Amino acid sequence: MDIRLDSICHSYDSFEVLRDISIDIASGQIVCIVGPSGCGKSTLLRFIGGLERPTSGQVLQIGAPPADSLNPLTYVFQDFALLPWRSVAGNISLVLEDHGIRGKAATKIIKDVLSRTKLSDFAEALPKQLSGGMKQRVAIARALAVRPAVMLMDEPLSALDAQTRELLMDDLVDLWTRQPFTAVYVTHNLAEAVRLGHKVVVLSRRPGQIREIVSIDTPLGQRAFGDADLDAHQKYLWHLMRDEARAADAELLHG
Amino acid sequence: MADTNARAKSVTPNGKAVAFRGGGFAPKPHRWVGGLVFVVLILLAEWGTRTGWISALTLPKPSDVLVTFLQLYDSGLLFRHLGPSLSRLVVGAAIGASLGISMGVLIGLFSYIRSGLVPLVAAIFPIPKIALLPLFVIWFGIGEGSKYALIAFGTFTPTVVATYGAVDNVDRTLIRMGQSFGLSWWSIVRKIVLPGAMPGILSGLRISLAIAIILLVAAEMLGAEYGIGAYILEAGSLYDLERLFAGVVILSLLGVGVSAIIGAVERRLLTWRT
Ligand SMILES: Nc1ncnc2c1ncn2[C@@H]1O[C@H](COP(=O)(O)OP(=O)(O)OP(=O)(O)O)[C@@H](O)[C@H]1O
Ligand SMILES: [Mg+2]
Repeated sequence: MDIRLDSICHSYDSFEVLRDISIDIASGQIVCIVGPSGCGKSTLLRFIGGLERPTSGQVLQIGAPPADSLNPLTYVFQDFALLPWRSVAGNISLVLEDHGIRGKAATKIIKDVLSRTKLSDFAEALPKQLSGGMKQRVAIARALAVRPAVMLMDEPLSALDAQTRELLMDDLVDLWTRQPFTAVYVTHNLAEAVRLGHKVVVLSRRPGQIREIVSIDTPLGQRAFGDADLDAHQKYLWHLMRDEARAADAELLHG
Repeated sequence: MADTNARAKSVTPNGKAVAFRGGGFAPKPHRWVGGLVFVVLILLAEWGTRTGWISALTLPKPSDVLVTFLQLYDSGLLFRHLGPSLSRLVVGAAIGASLGISMGVLIGLFSYIRSGLVPLVAAIFPIPKIALLPLFVIWFGIGEGSKYALIAFGTFTPTVVATYGAVDNVDRTLIRMGQSFGLSWWSIVRKIVLPGAMPGILSGLRISLAIAIILLVAAEMLGAEYGIGAYILEAGSLYDLERLFAGVVILSLLGVGVSAIIGAVERRLLTWRT
């Protein structure tokens, strides 16, 4: 299933946030969205996930999602959004219960996603007992459990420290190499964008417009930490964003 | 490592240790302190009344109160009074709290219900419910009905306010998460909103149930033969301070018991809290 954003514009009252955004998200690709603070990245992701409606333009699903997909458009949140009163396994079973998957069938799925995210030993732990990196892996496991056609990730690693972020990026690359998934990945961090993105969409400051779409052809598995080619891409992205970011920053100051 | 430690020590005499100014603001339970306060106060009263420092008209001797209490227990009258009181408390508070929690949740979830009922709740909250007792007697009769109604009404309003506050405080990102996974409305309420509001609801219940005990006594002051309230009222009108205080002690114990029950429920249901 592909996703097409068709000239999306959005305003909150008279406050213009997004202007004429058109992007194609092909199946099996990770599309990263970068842009200065407040340019409407999270808003765009909410449109794709159907949590909010744009003022004009539309989000189209092209082709049917795979038949076994329980929740085609699935979020991974920046602040993990785990229920603190449920164990790791309970948090995953939460999203299966509503699809009538309980008992043995649920246990099988939970076991599978926990082993894919290296969490098998922590099924009964409560979120408060887990580190930030582990919480985000639980959130990723929960997303995988509903076999999404597209994963919508809003700065999933921003709440984590730099080392944990590196490790989780490796985990994401691993997951993708073993079984390619489609994702829209919003981030502030250009290193994440060049590491995970097949395409990087650069938005301008508010009202967010597409500055440029950069394609990175190196296969995900071969993108190593500190790769010269990736550095060049990252420098180029920063060059695109620097002035926008500076202007956005000044704008917020003037209120 | 050892070297730096040694050096740090040798420097201390020349430097000044940084003054500690952290700590505090983190209450920890010290069970025995609560008991100690009670014991000290009672011993003080006992000593005062024995030496005549406190006159017998001001305060009965705690030991006399204890004797009265034991007599009450021996004669079997204690349970004749406690039984009806407990059943009134349980029935009234259960009605009030369950209605209060349901309405609080509705107010928390639906904006029309909120706009319609919040002013109404604000209007009835400050009414002393005791003042309405005659009205309840007319509506529900002089029997148990009016007593249940008074206690229920009194627990209802604080429970509503605590509950909708608690629902408002449920983390919205968790609700968005539920929606984004396609959970049904009812699942979101049952599995996300209610558990998330539980800490607030339980701390609201602490207050509501204390109010229920206060109203229990008020309700029993009118047309009740048995009940702690009736017992206290009778003792009061005879100016029998020992019995009055024995009754008061029973009420206090009731309060401590209710609070302990809620504490136990909290420990069971809220282990997930940090
Ligand atoms: N519900 C809303 N009502 C009004 N304005 C909103 C609403 N949601 C977002 N905005 C505004 O829209 C703009 C874009 O918000 P959005 O959260 O999408 O930005 P973002 O690119 O994700 O920012 P950040 O990088 O800080 O996460 C911001 O200026 C924000 O204040
Ligand atoms: Mg955002």
